[in-house]
Amino acid sequence: MRYQIFSSNHWKCNALFWWCIAVLILALSAMVADAIAADTERSSEGQGEGVMRGAYLARVGNCMGCHTTKGGQPFAGGRRLSTSFGIFVTPNITPDMETGIGLWSEEDFWQALHQGRSRDGRLLYPAFPYTEYTKVTRQDADAIFAYLQSLSPVSQVNSPHDIFFPYNSKSLLAIWRALYFKEGAYEPDQSKSETWNRGAYLVQGLGHCNACHTTRNILGASQDEALAGGQIMGMNWYAPSLSSHLEAGSGGWEIEEIVALLTTGITKRAVASGPMATVVRQSLQYLSQEDTYAMAVYLKSLSENVSSNMPGGVSFSVMSGSLRKHMDLGGKLYEEYCQTCHGSDGKGVPGIYPALAGNRGVTMDSPMNVILSVLNGGYPPTTAGNPRPYGMPPFQQVLRNEEVALVVSYIRNAWGNRSSLVSAVDVDRSKGGNY
Amino acid sequence: MMRFILLVFFYITVVVNAHGRAPVVVPDTMAERVRACTICHSAENKATRDAYYPRIAGKPQGYLFSQLRNFRDGRRYYQPMMILLENMSDEYLLEIARYFSELRLPYPPPERIHMQPDEIRLAERLIYSGNPEQDIPACSACHGDNLMGIEPAIPGLLGLSRAYISAQLSGWRTGSIIRSQTSDCMSEIAKQLTDDEANAVAKWLANQPVAGESRPFKSLLPELVRRCSQNIQENGDSK
Repeated sequence: MRYQIFSSNHWKCNALFWWCIAVLILALSAMVADAIAADTERSSEGQGEGVMRGAYLARVGNCMGCHTTKGGQPFAGGRRLSTSFGIFVTPNITPDMETGIGLWSEEDFWQALHQGRSRDGRLLYPAFPYTEYTKVTRQDADAIFAYLQSLSPVSQVNSPHDIFFPYNSKSLLAIWRALYFKEGAYEPDQSKSETWNRGAYLVQGLGHCNACHTTRNILGASQDEALAGGQIMGMNWYAPSLSSHLEAGSGGWEIEEIVALLTTGITKRAVASGPMATVVRQSLQYLSQEDTYAMAVYLKSLSENVSSNMPGGVSFSVMSGSLRKHMDLGGKLYEEYCQTCHGSDGKGVPGIYPALAGNRGVTMDSPMNVILSVLNGGYPPTTAGNPRPYGMPPFQQVLRNEEVALVVSYIRNAWGNRSSLVSAVDVDRSKGGNY
Repeated sequence: MMRFILLVFFYITVVVNAHGRAPVVVPDTMAERVRACTICHSAENKATRDAYYPRIAGKPQGYLFSQLRNFRDGRRYYQPMMILLENMSDEYLLEIARYFSELRLPYPPPERIHMQPDEIRLAERLIYSGNPEQDIPACSACHGDNLMGIEPAIPGLLGLSRAYISAQLSGWRTGSIIRSQTSDCMSEIAKQLTDDEANAVAKWLANQPVAGESRPFKSLLPELVRRCSQNIQENGDSK
């Protein structure tokens, strides 16, 4: 081609000449730009890296998840978190001078994360998980702050919380803190590997997994640090225990499968659903391989040494006649609505339609998640590892509560599964309140 | 107790054997991926006890994409749709929109709703001429001269049931379809309509047979493009 150009008409040669000149100019200007860029980089070297690291850490902590309302500007707040104490409205954390945290210093931010105090000294409600964030290092907190300050400011005024009496009392909050909040740092366990400690730091601190995977007392305080599972506040979803073999403990899993669930939202036997799917989409899929690996190592260890707590036998609180009826009617519904995807053997299709046989999400004590999955359906999160997921239809559109109860009871007891039956009342209860 | 457990096992074995153990084969297609949609949005308009599911096959891609995003991001509020779409990327929603926009399914026959001649005249005037005094443009000016929509983002008005059209019009009037869009042309227009006018239009549209395809974008008058810019942007905003 080139020879042709050189040997062809005069105008083509001419064009080539100008083309070369243009390339030369472009190259020169690119060099100049590079030089300028290098200069600015040098002058703010630490800062630029800090911002990048901060952006990554903000993903790990999923700050955006709460500090963004549906369809709203990222980090500008306004999301309403319903709890049994009232509605908390997340604040604007963009660097807007008037409505955001533009006037904050590194120190102010550290105080909020580490001590749960706002810039003006006001005590923060623990809906902001400083009970976990207190373990975040100063260095990481500064990086997140640098990142937030690098965002474009969004002018969006914070709406007031709507908290019920008596929880709106500041003195009550002070008492709560005295009882349940311990300012602290992550203390590495010297008997464990560096990887394990990194995982523990992420899970217990910035990842604030314990904000959901815990049982809370009547004052909303986490009852333990063992990620033992619990009802998520303000939601019908149950966050399964990460330390029990009966729920989502991963002691028996390969590390790779735990990593796959965290990063892609789906594995050959499990799917992240409900709020966990959102966590995978907004946060976990962006984590580095090292960090997800570390989290997996730590999570696996939570149930590795727990002695097998499989149930000794089946104990039904209902009569066999009732069970037979449930199995019969539920089985018919399963055949009509579920079998095409999940199979007559309940084995599903690995990585596409989850198996129901032996699925702990189906058989665990709380039937809430499986009821919600049948009612609402849903898609696993779209992630780099699973960009075009297959979905589950929302069966509340075609099945009555009684039918949902029957089919859920059936899948909880077919193919060797053993779990309690659910009633139409359970189904109805899971429809109330916030999703 | 032992007898009971054995009975359960026996029963389950029977159930499993009766159902057979054919492995599930999953086709790698969009049709398979959108099963969650087609349980409600089937080939025909479908009304159930709780909701009305409009036909989505053959609607313009841009319109479908923008509605999918509106549902996901809470601008158009319907909780079951929001939950279903919550964790889906724009790329995938676009692919789903494309799939349904290219789906060609036969339309159901038109409804047969009795209308008085006056009512028919009223509907036809609004649909083809509008009412300039009240700043109501003709439906056909935006939805195409054949009322089959304009690419890429304006939906057709035919092949829909009266129940759905009425519900949508009243949704626009009360501002409950698209939240927080202050200057929205459809809500402005719908608010100008009287009950009689809205009813007549809904009945008339539902009575028409479906014919033709959606029109290209260039058939839209520039003034209407300006007026309805919020509704006809192909991709909506990027929030």
